[in-house]
Amino acid sequence: MDAPDLFPPPEAVEGGSRTIHLRPGADLDGFRAALRRLVADDVPPDRVTWSAGDAPGLFGSSPGAEPDAPPVALPKPVAGLIPMVVPHRDRERYALLHTLVWRVRHGERHLTEVASDPLVHRLGGMRKAIARDLHKMHAFLRFRRIETAAGERFVAWFEPDNHILEAAAPFFVDRFRSMDWTILTPDGSAHWDRATLAFGPPGDKAQLPEGDGFEAGWRDYYESTFNPARTNLKAMRAEMPKKYWHNMPETAAIPGLVRAAASRTTQMIERAPQMTIKRDPAKAVAAMSDQAPKTLDALNAIIKRSEPLVPGATQAVLGEGRVGSTIAFVGEQPGDQEDRQGRPFVGPAGQLLSRAMAEAGIDREASYLTNAVKHFKFEERGKRRIHQKPTAGEVSHYRWWLDRELDFVAPKLVVALGATAVLALTGKSIPITRARGPFRFERLDDRFQGFITVHPSYLLRLPDEAKEEAYATFVGDLRRVAELGRELAG
Amino acid sequence: MDEALAKKLRILADAAKYDASCSSSGAPKRKAGKDELGSTTGSGICHAYTPDGRCISLLKILLTNYCLFDCAYCINRRSSNVQRARFSVQEVVTLTVEFYKRNYIEGLFLSSGIIKSPDYTMELLTRVAKSLRRDHGFRGYIHLKSIPEASPWLIEEAGLYADRLSINVELPTEASLQTLAPEKDGATILNAMAQVAERIVEAKAERRRFSPAGQSTQVIVGADATTDEALIRKSAHLYGSVGLKRVYYSAFSPIPEGSGILPLKAPPLQREHRLYQADWLIRYYDFSADDVADAADDGMFSLDIDPKLAWALKNRHRFPVDVNTGDREMLLRVPGLGARAVDKIIKARRHTRLRLDDVARLSSALKRARPFLIAADYTPGGLTDRLDLRSRLVEPAQQLSLF
Repeated sequence: MDAPDLFPPPEAVEGGSRTIHLRPGADLDGFRAALRRLVADDVPPDRVTWSAGDAPGLFGSSPGAEPDAPPVALPKPVAGLIPMVVPHRDRERYALLHTLVWRVRHGERHLTEVASDPLVHRLGGMRKAIARDLHKMHAFLRFRRIETAAGERFVAWFEPDNHILEAAAPFFVDRFRSMDWTILTPDGSAHWDRATLAFGPPGDKAQLPEGDGFEAGWRDYYESTFNPARTNLKAMRAEMPKKYWHNMPETAAIPGLVRAAASRTTQMIERAPQMTIKRDPAKAVAAMSDQAPKTLDALNAIIKRSEPLVPGATQAVLGEGRVGSTIAFVGEQPGDQEDRQGRPFVGPAGQLLSRAMAEAGIDREASYLTNAVKHFKFEERGKRRIHQKPTAGEVSHYRWWLDRELDFVAPKLVVALGATAVLALTGKSIPITRARGPFRFERLDDRFQGFITVHPSYLLRLPDEAKEEAYATFVGDLRRVAELGRELAG
Repeated sequence: MDEALAKKLRILADAAKYDASCSSSGAPKRKAGKDELGSTTGSGICHAYTPDGRCISLLKILLTNYCLFDCAYCINRRSSNVQRARFSVQEVVTLTVEFYKRNYIEGLFLSSGIIKSPDYTMELLTRVAKSLRRDHGFRGYIHLKSIPEASPWLIEEAGLYADRLSINVELPTEASLQTLAPEKDGATILNAMAQVAERIVEAKAERRRFSPAGQSTQVIVGADATTDEALIRKSAHLYGSVGLKRVYYSAFSPIPEGSGILPLKAPPLQREHRLYQADWLIRYYDFSADDVADAADDGMFSLDIDPKLAWALKNRHRFPVDVNTGDREMLLRVPGLGARAVDKIIKARRHTRLRLDDVARLSSALKRARPFLIAADYTPGGLTDRLDLRSRLVEPAQQLSLF
């Protein structure tokens, strides 16, 4: 449908009028160059005739022959609209865009915001058509696989409505980067060799390989995922118009599916419920609700075979100690040494903890030691594995295991070593300095008493002059822990 | 593809088709790196449409349709005589990769019947996702249907590999669950959803990946006596409490091998459609659950007019709204004006006075909008309050299923 009021009335063609020849198809570069020249010379749209090479014999004077005009500053929405309209097959596309630019530069700077303006509305419709065409090409194109000497290669044939091959290709590069592929269209072809994207001459459907080993399976899937009780052909055709069907292998199934849909549905409705042939698997159903681990060993087996939920880690480091220990210590996460040896608190911080425990009169062998996070989170820098503090979310990933673990060990007193342990036990961030000493872990206080102190690795990081005093305070904390432990055990 | 695998595919695709969701949207944009396969574009692509008008964007299959549960509405319940099959982890991975490479799909939606135990099944689902990501550099979309009865640590792991986790509430009330899905428990389902919600929020704040496209759920419509109002209130509650991305409403569909406790009849498709419209009003049109309830009669939405129009007809004193001066909230309430049209109106009126013709270019449903708006050259006069307005706007009886 023509909209003659879109253009200013044509004036008598004088010497100032121009004809601009562009390449057939979507000549974005040519249009840009021409537009710059027209803007530089302030040529109004009614003085320009555009020829997109669609008519024969018009090649010859290309805009490249003229000297380059300076770039044109355009509002973003206009600059963004141009590449989305240029691929449109409408012969008036260049003239419409030029009119838009002219009006924007002559007093209607915000024209694109007036979506109700006839020109903006029409260009908006063209942009929408291109977006839809691109979307449908991305959706409905089907590759077929062929074997070549160099390995597998994928080939597709597609017929877009507009000149969109170049605009559509980057999507396929992003998605199928590790594949060699070719897309053939009546307009041109695109080739990707896992490194570069090249465009070539128009293709032919005959170049498409004969079949593909997965097409039958795909058709099976298409048929099986269809629900005959919901048949709605109008909705299907609105989104997948018939013009696409001949290049989509699955659509061959449509007539059969539609023909059988009514009778399949009636059968389902009319068929009386059947008695079940199979025996009611009472035992299996009962066993199903019995999946929770019953012992610490069973839980540990689950933790052991689970993948790390933090980046890094070669193995899970399980808690160590007796079930029924009076005191359980919870640290942050295994470190480098722990990860290598698969045992908790064996690195420098662990050794320091052992020493302090001994000085405070706590038997390490009679205590339970574990970590909030069961895997060593680290970042590799050169040959070193640098400890990374687990995030609150990562601590949450591991909280279920810690909960169950403490259930099984059933200590009377749990000592949180450092902020991460506190976070794991309370679900909250609590500053150690303020909470240090006996503490009620709200969520858990019916199960055991709590105590908060620093993590021994904190002591290792202190400057030498502060170390001694901090260590003495730490041992002091552990003495109170020992005392509490004796009271609770008694 | 060999016939044995094709046969499994037919059985396990058929078994999965009653899950309405096939959406692949909402994942952060990703591109394949060197030696990787797959991307996500943010908005999702429908690679094909079946004759039921529904989109295929993902390979939607069950790992197995053997199931120990006995949910009356489900074709795969243990007491059904349906044909059974089971994929290996490797088979699902192969199908996903090979279909993906041919541009048939843009990812996988994997669910499963419960075999051996919920934990055992959940571990298998996660292994598929893990293998795709690790062994095949797969960057496409993965939606895992989590099993709420599985141990919580398994959900923690699944979220690291999936773009979306979903847990189906299936039936909106505890009573219906007890009657129709005896092995399921409403509290277990909600706890699992809350766990996922919490982790998604944490991960987002920490810029880590955990189910980045959020979580969704499905509720079956028409298998029990729950009203539309109750369904919408339940959804509004879920959107608020566990931050759901979507609630899918699935009209209970007759299934081969139907159960004796459920009536077998054509699925209430128009009712499902109205529920989706009402759901949109809550998510995109600033309607509260009470507003939407106001659009219903005795808790049910009319089948012949959409809930937004129903609300407007009951609240005529708030119309007409002037398109050149009305605020966004009220413009969104004008029947026939979509959220996008409203945004365009607001932008355009900064530069021009909109006439009815202008509005016509921005809305495709001017007939419904006319009685409720004022433009520079138009007022509806007495039209807004006409007694027969409803009957003038009723959609012609539409046959949704074409036979």
